[in-house]
Amino acid sequence: MAKIEMQEIAHSYMAQPKGPDDYALKRIHHDWDDGGAYALLGPSGCGKTTMLNIISGLLRPSEGRVLYDGRDVTDLPPEKRNIAQVFQFPVLYDTMSVFNNLAFPLRNRGVDETEVSRRVREVADILDLTPFLKKKAAGLTADAKQKISLGRGLVRSDVAAILFDEPLTVIDPHLKWHLRRQLKQVHEQLKLTLIYVTHDQIEALTFADQVIVMYEGEIVQVGTPQELFETPKHKFVGYFIGSPGMNFLPCVLEGDAARVNGHKIPLDGETAAAGRSKTGKLELGIRPMYLTVHAEPVEGGVPVTVKLVQDQGSFKILTLGLEDHVLQARLPEEHPVPSDNAWVTFPVDRAKLYADERLVG
Amino acid sequence: MGAEWFKETLTDSRLHDALWRQFLFSGLVLLIEMPLGVGIALLMPRKGWGVSASLVTLALPLLIPWNVIGTIWIIFTRPDIGLFGAAINNLGIAFDHTASPLHAWITLMFMEVWHWTPLVALLAYAGLRAIPEAYYQAARIDGASAWAIFRYIQLPKMRGVLTIALLLRFMDSFLIYAEPFVLTGGGPGNSTTFLSIYLVKIAVGQFDLGPAAAFSLIYFLIVLLFSYLFFQALQNVGKGEDR
Repeated sequence: MAKIEMQEIAHSYMAQPKGPDDYALKRIHHDWDDGGAYALLGPSGCGKTTMLNIISGLLRPSEGRVLYDGRDVTDLPPEKRNIAQVFQFPVLYDTMSVFNNLAFPLRNRGVDETEVSRRVREVADILDLTPFLKKKAAGLTADAKQKISLGRGLVRSDVAAILFDEPLTVIDPHLKWHLRRQLKQVHEQLKLTLIYVTHDQIEALTFADQVIVMYEGEIVQVGTPQELFETPKHKFVGYFIGSPGMNFLPCVLEGDAARVNGHKIPLDGETAAAGRSKTGKLELGIRPMYLTVHAEPVEGGVPVTVKLVQDQGSFKILTLGLEDHVLQARLPEEHPVPSDNAWVTFPVDRAKLYADERLVG
Repeated sequence: MGAEWFKETLTDSRLHDALWRQFLFSGLVLLIEMPLGVGIALLMPRKGWGVSASLVTLALPLLIPWNVIGTIWIIFTRPDIGLFGAAINNLGIAFDHTASPLHAWITLMFMEVWHWTPLVALLAYAGLRAIPEAYYQAARIDGASAWAIFRYIQLPKMRGVLTIALLLRFMDSFLIYAEPFVLTGGGPGNSTTFLSIYLVKIAVGQFDLGPAAAFSLIYFLIVLLFSYLFFQALQNVGKGEDR
């Protein structure tokens, strides 16, 4: 177990990167605390897997250093780093039994055979693999295979961290939930550092204590699932997390209010003051569930047209037109849905201001 | 009558000799070409210009007509003017495949290995390239040695293509005709008279069509039986494997 530090890491797959666009990872400076459960969340191609491979040593970063407990491991190969990695597709040694699969990393390191047997049985017990130990690994179901891949990581007593690269992609939906829970149990039982790469926000939010959101080779926000939802620090986090994503409206500042198409929307004083010092493009952001929808004109209400109502069972999603802009609102199932015309208000504590895609204040 | 022809064929001692010769030849071919082909595939480059260069180089022997192969090797190994034959004779080794059965066999084996190992190598290379990168990454993390990677990842993953390579090489070498016929004509003596060459002698040379027909049928059944046995054996090696 170890604390993992990434110092000023940047990586390009090109030999001679010219501009920032040539970098798969732009500048990452981040510490992974011992025993933490982290999720790395982001769309395909944002650099998640690159980051993971740099931590495990499959890839040497173009710039920067990787430290394990203060020890520089940047130039060490993965087998010397005490790291385990579980891949998108289960990786098994098909011709071996489950037992031999689990024993493989230990035997490669010359561990004594009685110790091998003890460790394998212990791990098989944790992962419910004991009944399969004598079977050939090849004939098992996808979830059992993925558990064996994980087991090969757990079996080593010296493992500093386990890295997961979208490990549930090939698992049936009803087993995903089960496997995720088992992962959580393993984490609580063994107190290992887990870093879990995914592009599925539900998976990230249920698994991790800390979610790291990546976008175009950069970390845009690190926080608990709740922080990511309540105060997205970047526009991308706003619409990537939450379903549907955050609404954004271009605006200008006018005193303590944002002006959208001539409608005044009040902001809190601090945000407005911070916004006035910014020069970039300003946008007002609000989560669909915080948008208040009224059927009658109200004080400060912005008139909108109701374009579409989607009933999701336990709530309704309204698509609203504010002149040339589109807004989405999430209403409780029992809330009356206005037809054609409606008025929306933006609660002061929920409306956020963004300058050049980044949160103001 | 039919039954007698079979009897005649089965008791023909020259046919027995040809059969054992054939087994020896196919056995040597498989023993040399399979490991060598896999070895070449492992050494072939994985990216860059070397990939196409090595693929084209390997494919060349496979593109030459079989009788031309025999002719090339006749000239290549001639003691007076052949590049190989003259060179080795000048080194003081009296090498002549038309005079010595052993030299005829050596020449034949060299020719056969040169001609067909590329097929095994190309098939094995295709099998290697189909292994996902994650297997190698996982093996590195598990601390596997190069031998362990070969034994537990590459070899099992190549099983399918190697089965095909083995079957093709067994059948082709067991049915070989054109190359030895052109190179040695079955000699010296009968030392390189394989089943197909002997069959043609009976059928076309002596015009004994009855025994030749019986012989052909037996020949076919032997190839079929062995192909089936090889196929079954290789299917069972890694039973339950699905990817």
